[in-house]
Amino acid sequence: MDNVLEVDRLSIRFGKVEVLTDVSFQVAKGDSLAVIGPNGAGKTVLFRALIRSVASEGTIRWAPDVRIGYVPQKLDLDRDVPITATDFLRARSPSTRAADAEISRMLGLVGISKEASESSIGILSGGQFQRLLVAFALLGKPSVLLLDEPTAGVDRPGQKRLNELVRHLQEEQGLSVLFISHELSVVYRYATNVLCLGSRQAHLGPPRRILTPDLLAEIYGSTVDYHVHDH
Amino acid sequence: MTIETLLLSITMAVAAGLVGSFAVMRRMALAADPMSHVALPGIGVALALHINPLFGALAMLLFGALLVWGVEGKARLGTEAIIGVLFSVALATGSLMTSGEDLIDALFGGAGVLSWPELCFGLIASSAVVAFVVLQRNKLVVMLVSPDVARTAGIDVRRLDLLYLETFALTIGLGLRFLGVLLMGALIIIPAATAKRLARNLTEMLVLAVSIAVVATAAGNWLASWLHRPTGPFIVLMAAACFLLSFLLR
Repeated sequence: MDNVLEVDRLSIRFGKVEVLTDVSFQVAKGDSLAVIGPNGAGKTVLFRALIRSVASEGTIRWAPDVRIGYVPQKLDLDRDVPITATDFLRARSPSTRAADAEISRMLGLVGISKEASESSIGILSGGQFQRLLVAFALLGKPSVLLLDEPTAGVDRPGQKRLNELVRHLQEEQGLSVLFISHELSVVYRYATNVLCLGSRQAHLGPPRRILTPDLLAEIYGSTVDYHVHDH
Repeated sequence: MTIETLLLSITMAVAAGLVGSFAVMRRMALAADPMSHVALPGIGVALALHINPLFGALAMLLFGALLVWGVEGKARLGTEAIIGVLFSVALATGSLMTSGEDLIDALFGGAGVLSWPELCFGLIASSAVVAFVVLQRNKLVVMLVSPDVARTAGIDVRRLDLLYLETFALTIGLGLRFLGVLLMGALIIIPAATAKRLARNLTEMLVLAVSIAVVATAAGNWLASWLHRPTGPFIVLMAAACFLLSFLLR
């Protein structure tokens, strides 16, 4: 199978509320799929269905031997929890000298300082915690990354660093990436295909072809200003 | 107090400190109390059938944990409300089934003579609880940060959750002899809550919770046998003293 993921007629409902209806798409190995749509369109629920955290109808077929790294959007953590960033990463990669070196390298890659790595995860800023989750996902040597707004709350240099890191891993290791984003410039720049949720029917295709002002107005319910950076 | 009683109470305290650390971090501190109450009908049935009350209590506790786990799996059923109602019913039924001195011992812990089967079972079960938390520590950490992330890291979250709840129930069962159904939840929660205030990382949290639980249990046992009173209240008061002291330290 050249596709790392095939989704066919996926529907998700919570009680009587239908969150997603008949969504179909594929992700080829090494591709990036951006998922966009207004709040409440079902983007996060789609990701949670893909990792089998919520029940769904239809077919979700992952390639055999796929390793998924998942970075959730926001977590409700106790500020006083005495688990440090290093404790959390060690939980992914139990303590050996090689694992400790890998953890240090990963912290450096995502830009978490030594001081922050020894702080409780409850007091990390939103951006720092998001980067920690990316580091945790990467420690599992994933073949697919699911990123739910990975740069929300991350400062500009941090966003650039994360985006470049993911692109570098894609080029080097053929990583496939599914990401949720509200930033259309990021979608244009990094996505091979884009899945738009929020209108009566999901739309799928390369960003330049399908992200028309009409479609954006339809899914967001108003005119959307966006900038395309071609560098 | 015999050496056997001291040995068993200390291994029970080690188990309580470890299990409690994760209970507090998982924000299930309030569940410990009602859950321990479910032991009472088991004690009542065991006494009526003339079998060791410990085993009646354990059977009910393990069943109670299974029930909580089952309810958790059904979204939007209001887990807390169900736990509150079911376990209050268990306490009411249990107190009707048990009477006199047996009830006081069951509620607050007694200093009666320890039988060999009880000692052996207690030591093996405490060791099993300690081994579970030590070996599953990493998975429990990931699960408490995010069950979704845990799932993608290859952790069977539902299974681990059930195992944790059953370990929690087993730990309550282990402490019933010393603290009784009303107070065992406190030995699981207070040392861990104290450690959480003081610790800077996970290892410190686990070491501190275990140390406080052991010190409170040993001192409480000694005071109770000196004053010829039930052990439970003294152990809990010692643990609460450590909690208050933690405010002076930090």
